[in-house]
Amino acid sequence: MALPASAPPPVHPPSLAPDYVSTRLRAPLLPPIVLASMATESAAPVFASVAHEAAEADLTRQHGGEPIGERIIVSGHILDEDRRPIAGTVVELWQANAAGRYTHERDQHPAPLDPNFSGAGRVVTDADGRYRFVTIKPGAYPWRNHLNAWRPAHLHFSLFGRSFLSRLVTQMYFPGDPLFDYDPIFNAVPDAAARARLVASFDLATTQPEWALGYRFDIVLRGHAATPLEGEHG
Amino acid sequence: MVDADGGGGLTPSQTVGPFFHFGMTAPPAPGQAALADQDLAGPGTPGEKIVLLGVVLDGAGHSVSDALIEILQADGSGHLPGTRPATNSEFRGFGRAATDAEGTFRFRTVRPGRLSPQQAPHIALGLFGRGLLNRLLTRVYFDDEPANATDPVLALVPPDRRATLIARGEDSGHGVRLFRFAIRLQGPDETVFFAT
Repeated sequence: MALPASAPPPVHPPSLAPDYVSTRLRAPLLPPIVLASMATESAAPVFASVAHEAAEADLTRQHGGEPIGERIIVSGHILDEDRRPIAGTVVELWQANAAGRYTHERDQHPAPLDPNFSGAGRVVTDADGRYRFVTIKPGAYPWRNHLNAWRPAHLHFSLFGRSFLSRLVTQMYFPGDPLFDYDPIFNAVPDAAARARLVASFDLATTQPEWALGYRFDIVLRGHAATPLEGEHG
Repeated sequence: MVDADGGGGLTPSQTVGPFFHFGMTAPPAPGQAALADQDLAGPGTPGEKIVLLGVVLDGAGHSVSDALIEILQADGSGHLPGTRPATNSEFRGFGRAATDAEGTFRFRTVRPGRLSPQQAPHIALGLFGRGLLNRLLTRVYFDDEPANATDPVLALVPPDRRATLIARGEDSGHGVRLFRFAIRLQGPDETVFFAT
């Protein structure tokens, strides 16, 4: 008698993750309706006005002086699910400063702002699908999800890919962070191998002597094939 | 390459969080413009000018004041971005807006043309926010379009839920038709969301 094949775990987190308190009133309760093919969603925005932008951006040189904190280089490739690089695609990044404070009026927690750091940048991948940011390693950020809750240090990434379907917003984390076990957003991703793909790798080849530690972080976006979402296995 | 999970090695989604504005709806760096905004129609864009006025509500009926909305649509001739022969049109086909303190968002665009005789005009809409671990994907249809009756995507929606995808038109008083669209994330009259 053949054993039933076990379904592979889904990549993406479920909508409802009760340990992440905000999902309790915002997660849809009804399952999504599956669309087989949609011309509109398979299209992509035309960003002609930004197509000329560089594949590299330096968030430490946006103000009069240099920001406080560990200078880091974050670099990698944007790939499709066949591991082919996606050239000419927009990558947006935003983050807190080294003290864990965001330059956003809604963040008023008692950590200092840095007059030399805003924490946002945008690049367009080069012909090899590569991007590169120079920035400051962000600090952990306290939030009110539960008592003594702290987000692990993270960078927010926003990707487009080849169509509206491949659009992804995610977060990049740093290796060895002691807060992973306590974070309900990181742990909302059900599979350990998938969670590991959210963690950048320290990379000596990207590291520049006397200048900055380097991290590599590749992002893999879905292509045109239907991707199993939460609760579905393909 | 085969990974341990069945997702083909895809990078998982995470929430956009509450602080995206300075990274996504404001200019990110000196010398750069915001990637997209609430205005999709330039002077050369074919189609009837309309305003899409939406509101996002949570499972308790409270307004969601920290959501990010993105729309993608064809122009008034039914051409999706990137498919029209080169013209002087400034049509990017894409818009982005954050909800305000009342949970509302507004786009100034054109009524999209039909992609085929069977399909009704529609706008693809993506939604991100604190408390949303994935992007939610839906569509906006228009209450004055007879092709809604033959649209293949609306046909997949249970009849008692179709109304959640239909924007209601009214005269704005400025000669531009206004379409109102409510997104209810959870609970009674929950908006239909799609998976692809």
